[in-house]
Order: sequence, then C-alpha cells, then structure tokens
Amino acid sequence: MTFKEIADTIFAASPADETEVVYRRRDDSLTRFANNHIHQNVTETNHEILVRCVSGSRCGTAVSNVTDVASLRKLPNTAFDLARQQPENPDFRGLPGATRLEPTNGFDESVASCSPSLRAQGVGVVCRKAAEAGYTAAGSMMTGRNSFGVANSKGVFAETETTLVDASTVVMSQTSSGWAQASGWKLDSVTWEELADEAVRKTRMGVDPQVAEPGEYTVILDPYATADLLSMMAVDGMSALAYQEERSWLNGRTGQKVMSQNVTIVDDGLDPSGIPTPFDAEGQSKQRVIIVDAGVAKAPVYDSYTAGREAGARSTGHALESPTDRMGPLPMNLFLMPGTSNVEEMIASTSRGLYITRFWYTRTVHPRDVVVTGMTRDGTFMVRDGEIAGAVKSMRFTQSYLDALAGALAIGKQGRTLWGPGAYHVPPVKLGRFNFTSSTR
Amino acid sequence: MKQLAQQAMETALLKGARYADIRIIESRTETAGVKDGIVDSLGDLETVGFGVRVLVGDSWGFASSADVTRNEIDRVTALAVEIAKASALVPGNPVDLGPPVTSTGTYVTPVRIDPFSVPIEEKLALLLNADAIIRRNAGVKVSEGRVISVRHRKTFANTEGALLDQTIYECGGAIAATAVNGNDIQVRAHPDAFRCQGTGGWEYILEGRFVDHAERVASEAVALLNADVCPSQVTSLILDSSQLALQIHESCGHPTELDRVYGTEAAFAGRSFLTTDNLGKLRYGSPIVNLTADSVRSTGLGTFGWDDEGIPASSTPLVKNGEFTGYLMSRETASQLGLQSNGCMRADGWNRIPLIRMTNVSLEPGTWDLEDMIADTDDGVYMETNRSWSIDDMRLNFQFGTQLGYEIKKGKRTRLLRNCTYAGITPEFWNSCDAIGNEKHWKLWGTPNCGKGEPMQVMGTGHGAAPARFRNVRVGVYR
Repeated sequence: MTFKEIADTIFAASPADETEVVYRRRDDSLTRFANNHIHQNVTETNHEILVRCVSGSRCGTAVSNVTDVASLRKLPNTAFDLARQQPENPDFRGLPGATRLEPTNGFDESVASCSPSLRAQGVGVVCRKAAEAGYTAAGSMMTGRNSFGVANSKGVFAETETTLVDASTVVMSQTSSGWAQASGWKLDSVTWEELADEAVRKTRMGVDPQVAEPGEYTVILDPYATADLLSMMAVDGMSALAYQEERSWLNGRTGQKVMSQNVTIVDDGLDPSGIPTPFDAEGQSKQRVIIVDAGVAKAPVYDSYTAGREAGARSTGHALESPTDRMGPLPMNLFLMPGTSNVEEMIASTSRGLYITRFWYTRTVHPRDVVVTGMTRDGTFMVRDGEIAGAVKSMRFTQSYLDALAGALAIGKQGRTLWGPGAYHVPPVKLGRFNFTSSTR
Repeated sequence: MKQLAQQAMETALLKGARYADIRIIESRTETAGVKDGIVDSLGDLETVGFGVRVLVGDSWGFASSADVTRNEIDRVTALAVEIAKASALVPGNPVDLGPPVTSTGTYVTPVRIDPFSVPIEEKLALLLNADAIIRRNAGVKVSEGRVISVRHRKTFANTEGALLDQTIYECGGAIAATAVNGNDIQVRAHPDAFRCQGTGGWEYILEGRFVDHAERVASEAVALLNADVCPSQVTSLILDSSQLALQIHESCGHPTELDRVYGTEAAFAGRSFLTTDNLGKLRYGSPIVNLTADSVRSTGLGTFGWDDEGIPASSTPLVKNGEFTGYLMSRETASQLGLQSNGCMRADGWNRIPLIRMTNVSLEPGTWDLEDMIADTDDGVYMETNRSWSIDDMRLNFQFGTQLGYEIKKGKRTRLLRNCTYAGITPEFWNSCDAIGNEKHWKLWGTPNCGKGEPMQVMGTGHGAAPARFRNVRVGVYR
C-alpha cells in the first residue's frame, strides 16, 4: 500500500473534525563489532502510522504498525475517541495547512541497498588496522532507508525518502582509547581507512595517561565534543516550548550578546552538507532558523502548537513525532558556522590547556544557564606551550556551556557532519575557560 | 503463533544455523499526560512483529519484520542466516551457549486491576485533580502529570525445544511542579523524578496517591526557590531510597553487566571497572552492603517468568557483605566464565536483539530507622529525589544532583537546601556506607528509561533500596 492509499483509507474512516496521518517506514541495518570481530549484525523492517484526530480543540493520537485495511480504519476512531474524552484545549489552534516545500536530496541508493557483506568489509578495515597496531577495536556501522510522509485533512500532503549512514569506532590499548565517527546521507560520507587511522592515532597518543589537576583550563574541542555543546544547548532551550515554560537559556536573553562574536548557530534542515529533510512531522517546510547570530541570542524553533500560543509566531517546521508525550519542537539539523582556524593552530596558540576528543554522559545541572556535568572520553591531552605535552585521564567537568561559548576564542574552518540522534555539522572550537572538578582513575 | 515460531526454527536449521530463537511480540501502550490544566497528550500505541536470531558457526545474525506472516517468517529467517554469514567475514572466538535451554510454560504478571480496563476518563480525572491542586499554588510555573499502561504479549521459541508465552503488564506515572524565579528553576516530583514504573496493574498507580501528594509537591518546589544553596564541603550524606535506587543502577547495576566487562559495549555504553579478576576478591563496599539481582520480586520492572533466552527468573547476589560476588549474565558470557546464565537477557521489542540488562538490582535492607540515622549524624546533608546524573564509561567517577536537600546539624534536619549535588568514586563511596535503613523504609523503584546498545534500546529496570548514610562525601559540587 502506498502512503497516499494509507492516508486516503484513514481519512475516509475518520469521524474527526480534522485528521493527520504521519507515516514512517524504516529499513535499518547495523553491524556492530568489538574485540576486533563482528559480534552483532541486525536488520529491521518496520513501519509506523501515527494518526492525530481533532475534535473541537482536543487531540487524540493512535499509533500502529499494522497496515491491513481494517486496522487502518480503526486508527482514526481510536484517536477520535481519545480526543472526545478530554476538556477543550484553548491553546490548540487546529492542524496547520499546506506550505510550499523546498526540494531536498538526501537519498543515496548505495546506502539504501548496502549489504551486510559491504558493512562487514568496512568494519573489517578498522579491526585489521587496530590489530596491526596491537590494539582492539569496537564500534558500529548503521545504514538506513527512511520513507516519511505527512498528510492532513487541511491539504498537507508531503512525502520523502532519505538515507542515513553512521559509522564510529573506539580503538583501545591497555591504557588508552581513541574515537572516530563519520555520518551523512551518502555512503561515501564514511571512509573506514580514515576513521581507523584517526582512532589508532589518538589511541597511540593517549598511552599511559597521567592525572591532571582539576581546575579551569582553556580547551580545544574536536567536533565530537562540539556536537555535545549544541546538543545540550538545544535540549536546554532552543525549543519554543521550553521558552514558553521559562526553562530556556533564551529566556531573558533574546537580543543580547550571550556568546562570543564568532559563534553563530543555525538550524537548517535543507542544507545538503547536513542530513537534509524537507519537512517536519506536521508536513511544514523546514525553515532556516538563526538561533545565535554572531553571539547574539535570537529565537527558538516552533511547531504549530507553540506558534499558536504566541502572537505573531509561525511554525518554523520543527515539529517532532511524539506519540506519547508532547515533547515540543526541537532543532534536528544544527550547524555551528565555521570560523577560520583548525586544531593545529588552536593547540599552537595555547600555553596551558586540554585537547579533548569527546564528552560523555553529559547531563543538565541547571537548565537556564546550561550548566552541564559530564566526562571527557577516548582521548584527553594536556597542552603546554603550544604543544601536546601528553595524555591525561578522563576528567569530570561541571560547566555552563553558555559561559564557555561566551569565551570562544577560535572556531575551526572545517565542519564535520555527525549523527547524534539529530544531525550536527560542527567544527573544532577553542574555549577560553572550562571548569573541571575531578579526574577519574 | 507457535506454528509460526516453529516454522522459523525449522527454516533456520535448514539454512545452516546451529542455534536460533524467535520472539513474536504484540505490545500495546496507552499514555495520558496533563500539563497546566489541559490534556497535553493522549495516545494509544500498538506494535506487532517478530525477530529471529541465528548462530551460524560462531557468528550471529538477526533480522526482524512487522509483517507476521508465513512468507515473511521464511524471508526474514533466511535473511538472518545470510547476515550471520556476513558476520563471519570478521570472525571472533568460538561461541559456547552452555547447556541447552528447553523451558516451556506460561507467565502472566499478577494484576489486580487490568490497566486497559480503566476508562480513560478515570485516568485523566486522577491527573487533572492532582494538577488542579498543584496549580492552586501561585508560585508554580508548570504543573504536570503522566501515566502509562503497557502490555507485552511474547512468544519465544528456540531450536533447543523451548516454547514460552509471557504477558507482562506495566504501569507508571508521576506528577511534578516547576517553580521559576528569575534565572532559578526548581522542580519537585512524586513519587520519583522519572516516571516511576513497575510491573502490575492500575493498582500500582493508585498506590502512588498523586492527589494526596500534589500540595506538598507544589509547596516544596516554591519553597526551594528561597532555600540556601547546598554548601560545598566533604561531609556525611544520607540519600533517600529513590536517589539511592539510581545510584545503585549506575554504580552497581551497569558495571556488573558481563557484556560490558567483555568489551561489547565499549564503543557505546562503555566498559566496567569490575573486571573478572576482581570476582570474589574486590571489596566493593562496606560489610553491611549486600546487593542482589533478581527477577522474581513482585512489581519490579525486571520481573518476568523467563528472560529472552528462555532462562527462568532467579536471584543472584552481586555483592555479599561488601565483597563483589556476581555478574548479570547471558548464556554466551556466562559460559566464558564457566558459569550458567542467571537470566538477564532482554530486548526492548521484537525488532531488537536481547542484551544483558539489569533485572531488579537492589540494596538489601539494613537495621536503621531513618530518624535514628539522622539523629546519629552530627553534621551532614540529606538528599532526596534525583535531578541529574552522570557517570564515566568505566562506572567509577559519578556526580548526581537531587531536587531537594536538608542540612543535618547535631542530629536534626535544619535548613532546606537547593541545587544539591554530590560526587565520588564508586568503590570508595560504597565502602563509606555505614548505615542502611530497615525493611520499613525499603521500596522497589522502577527506572523505565535505561538506554543501552546499538541500535539504542530503552529498558525498564527495578531497584530496591532504603535510605542509607555515606561518610566523607563531597557535596555541593555545583553552586
């Protein structure tokens, strides 16, 4: 059954004032390796149909992966029954109408048809290179084909097909580890030779780490760690729902300079250098939203519900599929705009600092200031007098990401696309101050 | 279902598998959420499908599909075998699954009130009543409440003769109030910070008495805005049982997962400091610390009849009188240690392979009454209900934050404290434990959001604990 046939079947059976159908079919495969061999190799074919029915200003949602006609006809009735059993919601202004969609290309047939043997050959490269260096490798390669459609009774009809490839590895010695990751929508986004070399090099650099004293350091972040800055800033406040509930770092700061002049953060679902998709879970066109412009806080992203609660606001095309909770909109295609530097220059210009591969298990301590605690992982290095002075053990930090970006000293000119979940296109950055509270063993 | 399962097993053997298993699962989830007096979300979800896991030689393959038909069973089983053969391109060590598993039977979660028989109006009324009470407090910015009801119907079969049917019911929910003052945000939730969840029926929700606690939740959130910030010091720390449950989850449950120890989570969830040379030797905690993994205690999120390899529910000491004594294991990892699985393999759906997951990992009760514990503390901090959590990839260096705290001076709770945090190193922390609450204070909590594996799987785990005291802990890490 095509998406249009599914949607038409549901619309014909719906007793609701307004009806929305969101369809997603996934064909995802993942090859996972550890100790230099494949230990897990999986594939999944699934589809999910989400029906939202409106009665007055009340919404109910029903979700199923069963696609026979009787089940499809039942879905809008279940959703409608749920809608009718609740009080009216004055904040809900109805489903959105159709918008003009910008065409995007985010589909690569070579990803869609990637075989388990091809994935095995790829991961075999890093296992071989790690073994040759006397190390062990672990990691995964995911390839996915994603069909996505949204239709509603107010004229929205949008469908697209995209692909996603994500590969990562950690290479380990007895005392160190190194990480590398690559993501994109094209199969050539991943070059296993380069990933293996990067991770092996970091592992070699990290042998016999020493304990570094806690305290404030200048930090140089690889793109993997930079992605975490954006991820936590997004969770802690780039959503209009967080803004309206006054738990966003944007509250009281819009129009103010809150970060360094060289920091510009944009969400752009249409940029092919990310992982593009033309519309959101309400079928609304993805808008390019400038969240921070040359250090000045601008605005969050909206879906139709949050836009309906604010005079003059419009959906920016950032609705999520959220069948169980109203999560609110989120930016899923974040870009930290490039600067002019690179990691080598950042290290050379640092008298005392830490060069960090990535962050791990970061959690919000205080959302309004984006105070985050977490650990460094898979490669942390002391920088002294413009050079790497040796490896240090992973360190715990508790730091306001907002303050850290206010002290951004340099931004790399070369961005890297990483899958999070959500897409990030991020360069390395150098931050003047970052507070570390302890070291691990 | 049984015929389809047996068809898959026959096909797997014919295609060259030396072992295979299948899980056919039908899951239904109903959710309801209210926020600020309106219904925020109301959903009914069902998902049906099957997954076939095969071992060809010493290589694994897994394939799954939402289309539960005879033709698709054949296609997907053949695909799983093809994938296993591709895995053999990068081979590993021989796989030994230990003794064959031939379990047969049926298990149904004991339920007093079927959650799907409770009208949605009744569920919404419960949440809206609690929400209205919270909103009476003018200092509250956001009031919210959520409930969830889940039912999984699972058929499991393997090529060794196991054939099992299980129906697992889960219910969970919580209410919360958020208060905002300038740049400060304070949150209070009940019964727990997460959606407190367990196996059982609607009675599990009713026992939470949301309406009775709504006023307290609101007033505490507002009071916290004017509380003093937790001072930075090294002091005695008393944790309430819900925060201790998460401490157990992160610093005992995860490091005792044997797949982490053997490195198969190294690139994602991480490894473990509890390497096999420590088994039976490491002093993990003080002599009063006894930690157990079980899948038999009623209402635990890790409670079932058999795990997803067909191993029956059981109980395993992980730490006995402070000594590290056991792991959470699968068939394959247990045989590497010369042991037999204690039944910890679980998948979060038909489209995922089973992984080693915590069952109900609990701190056994001690002898103390909480008030006596406080009275016995000259200088310290009491902390309650999780707000933030983070731990390193070896499960050693942790930092937690809680929603609420009280200063303890000369054996009495004194001033209310906000932004409470504490940090430590796992074995040092557990070795500093010198008092554990008694049975009266012990409660089995449910954590519904434990993430592990690639593709990511979200699993529910149970953790029982009574309040406990730890000496010389660094608190007030963030001010």
